[in-house]
Amino acid sequence: MTLHPLLRRLVRAIPIILIVAVLTFMLMHLLPGDPAAVIAGSDASVEAVDRIRVQLGLDKPVVTQLVLWFVRLAHGDLGTSLVLDQTVLSAVMERLPVTASLSAVALAITVPFGVAFGVLAAYFRGTWIDQGVMMLALLGVSVPSFWIAILSVILFSVTLGWLPSSGYVPMDQGVGQWLAALIQPASVLALFQIGFLARMTRSAMLDVLDQDFIRTARAKGVSEWRTILKHGFRNTLIPVVTVTGIILSLLIGGSVIIEQVFALPGIGRLVVQGILARDYPLVQGVMLLFGITFVVLNLLVDVLYTMVDPRVRNE
Amino acid sequence: MAGEMLLDVQNLTVQFRGDAGWTSAVENVSFQVGERECLGLVGESGSGKSVTALSILGLHARRTARIPSGVIAYRGQDILRLPTRALRKLRGGEIAMVFQDPMSTLNPVLTIADQITETLILHQSLSAAAARQQAQRLLDMVRIPDAARRLDEYPHRLSGGMRQRVVIAMAIACRPKLLIADEPTTALDVTIQAQILELLRDLQDELGMSVLLISHDLGVIAEFAHRVMVMYAGRTVETAPVRALFERPVHPYTIGLLAAAPRLELDTDRLPTIAGSIPDPASIVPGCRYSPRCDVALESCRNLPPAMGSAEPGHLARCPPRLAALGFAA
Amino acid sequence: MSDVAALPIREFARPRRRFRTLRKLVAHRSFLFGATVMVLLTAAAMAAPLLTHIDPTAMQVRFRLRPPSAAFPFGTDAFGRDVFTRVLYGAKLSLWIGLSVALLSGAGGAAVGVVGAQFRRLDPLLMRVMDALMAFPAILLAIGLGAALGPSPSSVIIALAVAYLPRTARLVRASALVIRELEYVEAARVSGAGNLRIIWKHILPNCMGPLLVQLSFVFAYAILADAALSFLGIGTPPPAPSWGNIVSEGRDYAVEAWWIMLFPGLAISIATLGMNLLGDGLRDVLDPRLKVEG
Repeated sequence: MTLHPLLRRLVRAIPIILIVAVLTFMLMHLLPGDPAAVIAGSDASVEAVDRIRVQLGLDKPVVTQLVLWFVRLAHGDLGTSLVLDQTVLSAVMERLPVTASLSAVALAITVPFGVAFGVLAAYFRGTWIDQGVMMLALLGVSVPSFWIAILSVILFSVTLGWLPSSGYVPMDQGVGQWLAALIQPASVLALFQIGFLARMTRSAMLDVLDQDFIRTARAKGVSEWRTILKHGFRNTLIPVVTVTGIILSLLIGGSVIIEQVFALPGIGRLVVQGILARDYPLVQGVMLLFGITFVVLNLLVDVLYTMVDPRVRNE
Repeated sequence: MAGEMLLDVQNLTVQFRGDAGWTSAVENVSFQVGERECLGLVGESGSGKSVTALSILGLHARRTARIPSGVIAYRGQDILRLPTRALRKLRGGEIAMVFQDPMSTLNPVLTIADQITETLILHQSLSAAAARQQAQRLLDMVRIPDAARRLDEYPHRLSGGMRQRVVIAMAIACRPKLLIADEPTTALDVTIQAQILELLRDLQDELGMSVLLISHDLGVIAEFAHRVMVMYAGRTVETAPVRALFERPVHPYTIGLLAAAPRLELDTDRLPTIAGSIPDPASIVPGCRYSPRCDVALESCRNLPPAMGSAEPGHLARCPPRLAALGFAA
Repeated sequence: MSDVAALPIREFARPRRRFRTLRKLVAHRSFLFGATVMVLLTAAAMAAPLLTHIDPTAMQVRFRLRPPSAAFPFGTDAFGRDVFTRVLYGAKLSLWIGLSVALLSGAGGAAVGVVGAQFRRLDPLLMRVMDALMAFPAILLAIGLGAALGPSPSSVIIALAVAYLPRTARLVRASALVIRELEYVEAARVSGAGNLRIIWKHILPNCMGPLLVQLSFVFAYAILADAALSFLGIGTPPPAPSWGNIVSEGRDYAVEAWWIMLFPGLAISIATLGMNLLGDGLRDVLDPRLKVEG
C-alpha cells in the first residue's frame, strides 16, 4: 500500500477527528449529577429541568445520544445555544473574524521576531544576546498572560493613552482602526510565543550549524552571515515550520484568555460566556470546532513541511 | 626541498578545549607542498591529519580550538595572520577542499546548481547564467552523465559516488592551486573509490593543482602521492618520497602500518595488527608517543621526546634507535 | 539466584550514583535558585496561619482599598480583605494544585504509556486518543474539561491532569519502547518475568529521569493554567482565595488600587519561574540528551 505521504496523513487525521467528536460529546456527560438539572440551574423547577432533558435528548440512553450526535454532525448541525437565540455555527461564524484577526496579527508579530531572535541567539551563542533571548523564553512560560495584559492596558491605554483598552473594530470600517484595536492584545499574545519560537529556532540553528555542509560552505569562502542565512536558515526552516504550526494553535488557545481581558467579542469570549451561563450545547459545539480546526491546522503544517523539505517533496 | 613551495607549514600546533584545559591535537608539525605535487598524509583516525588540514583553511571553531604557534605560509603569506576577508578569498578560490562523507557535505535543501554556482559567483563574479553554464561544464569535467538535468536536482537524488563528484566539481570550480582532499574515498564503495581517485589524478594533471591527500589507506597513498608524511598522535613520525617509504620504512609505526595494510596479491586470512590503540591526546607519555606500542622501544624512548633524524635525502624519521640500527647518525 | 547475586551491586552502586546526581543538582545554579524559591514558597504557604492572623475571607469594609502599609503589606481589596493574607492562602492552593496535577498526570500518563508500549493491540487506539487530546492546546482542553466538571479546585486538578497527560504518556511510551528492547529486559522476559514485573522492575525505573523532568514542568504549567482558569471564573470559585481569582477581582480596580492584582500576579510569576528553573536543572542533570547547549 503506497499512499502519497500527504494522503496518508489525511487518512490518519480522520480517526482523530472522530475521537475529538466523541470526546466533545462526553463533555456534557462528565457533569456531576444530572446534567439537565445542572444546566437548568439550582432554582429551576422540575418542569424546566424535564424540558431541558427532553430538548437535549438527555432522556435517551447514552449510546443513542452518541449516535444522534454523529447523525447531527453529519448534517452539519452543531447544536443550538440555550442562551443565545442562535445555532452554534452561526454564533461562531459571527465571532470568527475577531479571533481570526487576533491570531493572525499575533502570528504576524511572533514569526519575524521569534525567528530573528533565534538566529541572533544562535549566532551570538553564549553572549548577553543569547541569554536575553533565553530569558524571554523563560518568562514566556512563567508569567501569566492575563496579568501582563492588564499591566499593559494600565501602561499603554490608561497612562499613556496610546491605544484603545478594549473592543474590536471590523476591518471594513478601516484597516487602521482594526489594527489599532488589535495591536495591543495581539502583541501581548505574541510576547508569550516569541521566546518559545526563538528558543526552538536557536536550537534548530545550532543543530544545523554543526552539520558538515556548513563546513563545506565555509570552505568555499562563503561569509559567516551568508553561511548562516542561506545554508543554515533554509535547513532550520523545516523544524521552524512545525513549531510555527504549534504556535498558531497556542495563539488561538491563548486568545481565549486575552479576548477576555480586552473585551474582544471573539470565539474565546463566546466559550467563556457559554461556560459561565452553563450553555453546554454551545460549549460542546465550539470545542468540537476548535478540535477540528487544530487537527486541520496540523495537517496544513504537514503540507507546508513537505514544501520546505526537498527530501520529502520528491518522494 | 628544492623547487617552488606552494604551501609551507612550520611548527604547527593546534589545541582544543577539553574538560582539563587545552590539549594539543597537533604538535609542531611541519611540511611542504610543492607546485603540482601531491603530498599524502597518513595516520590512524585521531592522529591529527584532518585537524591539520582544517587549519590550513582556518576552519576550526574559534570557541573550541586555537593555534598557539606555527606558520602556515601559502605562497609566502601566513594564512594564520590573514584578515578574515582575505582568508575567505583563499577558501574555495585558491585552496579548495573535498571532504570525507559526500552524504553530509552537500546542503540537502539547495540544488546542485545552487551549490556549485555559489563559489563561481562569489570568487569570479560571474553572472548567474554564466555560472550555471560553467557549473554544467564542471559536472561534465567530473564525468557526471546528463549534467544538464542533474543541475536542478537535490543532493538526496544522487548516489554517494555522484555526490562526491559534485563535491569535487565544487572544489575545482575556481581552478584552485591547492586541493585538500580529506579521505575523499573512505565513505565510498570499493569500485567507486578507484574511479574517484582516477578522476582526482586526472584533474590534478589537467588543472596543474597541488594536492594534499589525507588518507588512512596506504593503497590510496601509494597510487596517488609523490611524497608521504606519516602522523601519529599529533606528531610527524616519518616523511619520505613515496617509493622510499614503502620500500625502506624506518619508523616502527610506519612498518606496522605497512604490515597491517591488506595486499591484494597476498592471500592471507589474517592481517597483522598493531597492538594497542592510539593514545588519548590528554594522557600522553613524555617521550615517544608510540613507545607504549613499540617493539623496539628503549627506556630512553619513553622519557625523552625523540628528534627527527635523516635516513636519506628527503627521508626523515622520528626514531633514533631505528636510525642508529640502520647506520644513520641520529 | 540472579536476583541474589544482583543485590549487593544494587546496594552499593545505587546510593553512590544518587549522591552524584544530588551533588550535580546542588552545583546547578538555576536548579538551586528554583529549588530555594519553591522551598520558601512552600514553607510560607504551610506557615500561613502563623504569618498572618487575619482570616483570608474576613471583610473589613472600613479598611477597603488601602494601599500597602505596615498593617497591610500588600494593601487591601474592595471588600477590605488583606491581600497579603489572601496571596499567602492562595499559595497553598496553587502549590497543592500544581503538585496534584503533576502527580496525577504523571501516574495517568505513565499508565497509558506503559500499557501502550507493552500491549501492542491497545496501542493504536490509545495513541489516537492521545493525539485527539493533544490537538487542543492544553489550556483550551482544561477550559473545556473544567467547564464540564464545574468550578472547584478538584475539577481544576482533574482537568489539568487530563490536559497534560498525553505528553507524559507519549514520553513514557517512547522510553518504554526503547527499554523493552534492551538485552537485559529481553533476558528477564526469556527467564519468565511477567509483563507487570518487567514494567515495575525495568521500564518504570528507567523512565524515571525524563518523567521527573517532564513533571516538574507540568507542575509549573499547572500553576499558570490554574491561575488562568480562576481568572476566567472557571477555576476555584470566590470567596476562597486563589491567585487567579484575586487578580480577576483586582482587575476592576487595577488603576486606582493596583496592588490588588500586582502582588498575586507576581506570586504566580515567581512560583512558575521557580518551578521552571528547577525543571531546567533537573533536565540538565537527569536527562542530558535534552540539555540546551549554552
